[in-house]
Amino acid sequence: MKLLTHNMLTSHVRPGGGFPLRIQATEVKVNNLDFNQEFTARMVPKVEWGALVEAAESLGHRSDLPSEPIPDYEKNEEFLRKVHHVLMEVEVMEGVLKCPDTGREFPITKGIPNMLLSEEET
Amino acid sequence: MKKCKRKELESCLQQVDGFEDPKLLLEQYPTRPHIAACMLYTIHNTFDDIENKIVADLGCGCGVLSIGSAMLGAGLCIGFDVDADALEVFNRNAEEFELTNIDMHIQKKADDWKVKMEVLAELRYDLPASYKFHKKKSVSIEGMLICMRWTSK
Repeated sequence: MKLLTHNMLTSHVRPGGGFPLRIQATEVKVNNLDFNQEFTARMVPKVEWGALVEAAESLGHRSDLPSEPIPDYEKNEEFLRKVHHVLMEVEVMEGVLKCPDTGREFPITKGIPNMLLSEEET
Repeated sequence: MKKCKRKELESCLQQVDGFEDPKLLLEQYPTRPHIAACMLYTIHNTFDDIENKIVADLGCGCGVLSIGSAMLGAGLCIGFDVDADALEVFNRNAEEFELTNIDMHIQKKADDWKVKMEVLAELRYDLPASYKFHKKKSVSIEGMLICMRWTSK
């Protein structure tokens, strides 16, 4: 699970809450991925920045990401490369995602989070 | 990311492995490379909805459409499915194609999505025999290519 994907996930145990899911990782992998400046710049206003920084921090991969996006980030390759690294290259392989409201845990196995709820929970 | 022509895409997609043991309950049928390539090309060329975009593949199965999207230059393609076995095959496919702009999830469709649907094209879907009770070698069924867009954020 990449952190960009994590940024879009919520727990559906209770409507209206469940974001951001807390990551408890037992295995984290860092991949090399081609830097796509246009795509990365487009993602900056779309992600929940605070949640991204918090997630990266909790994995020890904050990579000097500032607590707010910098002004004129579109042109700043150095900044966008950091964002690219955090969004796309840091990958949680094993661990759990924990719902901040209910404490429900969703397992991550081989990089794939399992967000399925049981019949009683839906 | 290297981009390729439709024919090239179609022949690449023939290398994608399908369901090892399809589950009738989940109505698992493979999307054939020809249809996959045609759909992806329409989405890419007519709507420019793949390159540098986040692509969600809902009910991705073994990932033929996700892999095609990734090859056409998607920023990130996320596959969703309820079946962990299919995602296992998907994972292997993604590794074999050395695609890294792909992620996957076990999740059901959220029923409260606010999306507008529009039918773009009707397709003739060719399904090869894949379950024991199938008598014919292949059948073609009516399918549709549907465009969904958010109506509110």
